[in-house]
Amino acid sequence: MAREHTKTYRAGISVIAWAASLTLFFPILWMVVTSFKSELDAFASPPVFLFFDWTLENYHIVQTRSDYFRHASNSVILSCGSTLLALLIAIPAAWAMAFAPSKRTKDTLLWMLSTKMMPPVGVLVPIYLLYRDTGLLDSRMGLVALLCLGNLPIVIWMLFTYFKEIPKDILEAARMDGATTLKEIVYVLAPMALPGIASTLLLNVILAWNEAFWTLNLTTSKAAPLTVFIAAYSSPEGLFWAKLSAASTLAIAPILVIGWLSQRQLVRGLTFGAVK
Amino acid sequence: MSTRQTRTAGRLLVAPSVVLLFVWMIVPLVMTLYFSTLRYSLLDPGSEVYVGLENYRYFLTDPAFFASLVNTLVLVGSVLAISIVGGIFFALLLDQPVWGLPIIRLMVIAPFFVMPTVSALIWKNLFMHPVSGLFAWIARSFGFTPVDWFAEMPLFAIIVIVAWQWLPFATLILLTALQSLDGEQKEAAEMDGAGPVSTFIWIVLPHLARPITVVILIETIFLLTVFAEILVTTGGGPGLQTTNIAFLVYAQALLQYDVGGASAGGIVAVVLANIVAFFLVRLIGKNLEA
Repeated sequence: MAREHTKTYRAGISVIAWAASLTLFFPILWMVVTSFKSELDAFASPPVFLFFDWTLENYHIVQTRSDYFRHASNSVILSCGSTLLALLIAIPAAWAMAFAPSKRTKDTLLWMLSTKMMPPVGVLVPIYLLYRDTGLLDSRMGLVALLCLGNLPIVIWMLFTYFKEIPKDILEAARMDGATTLKEIVYVLAPMALPGIASTLLLNVILAWNEAFWTLNLTTSKAAPLTVFIAAYSSPEGLFWAKLSAASTLAIAPILVIGWLSQRQLVRGLTFGAVK
Repeated sequence: MSTRQTRTAGRLLVAPSVVLLFVWMIVPLVMTLYFSTLRYSLLDPGSEVYVGLENYRYFLTDPAFFASLVNTLVLVGSVLAISIVGGIFFALLLDQPVWGLPIIRLMVIAPFFVMPTVSALIWKNLFMHPVSGLFAWIARSFGFTPVDWFAEMPLFAIIVIVAWQWLPFATLILLTALQSLDGEQKEAAEMDGAGPVSTFIWIVLPHLARPITVVILIETIFLLTVFAEILVTTGGGPGLQTTNIAFLVYAQALLQYDVGGASAGGIVAVVLANIVAFFLVRLIGKNLEA
């Protein structure tokens, strides 16, 4: 397609593309800029765009508030814990379905997918009551289990689509060359499976990090992650826009980086292999 | 081709996932069904009485149900329309020979990674605040009266926020699909004298039909349960103007402590989602064979 695109065409379309994408990105940009303002500047009308006293004060305040750290570490524990647990359960299953499919494999996969489509409000009441009665309310363990189960179908599906692409002949070739099962796993399977496992891991960390139904409903303080911490800024009397911006920037920064790194795998993971 | 041994091993490996998902889905769902037939208030535990379909009758005839059903449909429909039309626009744009494409891609996809509570509060405060928000300033500098978004058009404000989060998702998927479009087909059409518009209508759009369907189905599943954005901005109000089904069930259960009514609402939500899920699962299943 590198045909007769004139310079003018490229310049014109580039200007449009930059303008459109900057518009879409602007809320994030504006949030980051606001996080460096004093609260007074953040409220200023007309707004100040670049020429104000840039300050790190908000970040300092957010950092020194110990509850920020508690929420951030909860976010890390919940998203990584639930994803690792899901991988542990899903890898054998996806592996078996990709390499030794039976007549029922397809139905099993689709059934697993359908569990993801159940709206969480449908089970909010019993889960809430069960958690309340077993002391799991506001506990990290309870939430790790819940987020793990919620994302398990996606994890299995993603792994399945990756594992399916590993050529089976190569295993037989290795076996013919006298590789032991252990060698087979370490030298042949693992290198081919790891990229798929890694991108599954990244996507599910993102999903769990941003999960805001169960975390808002089942946690209050002890196990509350950043979604809940940010939600606390919704109270009308607390108009701390600069601090809200700083806390928000910190809350989305790691996920933005991971997301940007894994954007290509994202399509595949979120469409269950329907679009590649 | 698989031996009995590998089949057994395969079953053993798949079993934990199946059992866990089954328990996770069936047990709470059966409990919800059971609760939905009881008069059961958290304020008055131990007084549960079987009332049959009373809760459903009550929930379905409650004006709040109809209002929230309409809100849910308006929210889902509008966000879908915005994200599909905008997504096609952005996907076509990013498929062009644009300078600095990697950076543009990063900027376009970014909103999708922002957690719902953050995007809702940033939009509500920094942009839609009736006095100090950026929109208010823009309106004033053009001589208009600023709009009090969450008082005058609360549902539209929520639609804007949610659409901003989902537009990148549609863009990303449609762009991926566009890039798999055979360039030769387009060139052949152009050689036959087809202009850009007819190329788009007759070649590009048909190619996008399936990915668009996928986007519609997947977004619908998530959009039916929009919750955090409503909770931190309007709390369902003013009145019932921004209450959707998910929020109504939440309010009934955890604010009014009406377990029976909330359970009936939850079942209604499950039925609604299942209608969409039915089509999505069939579509993906077809794709699995191809």
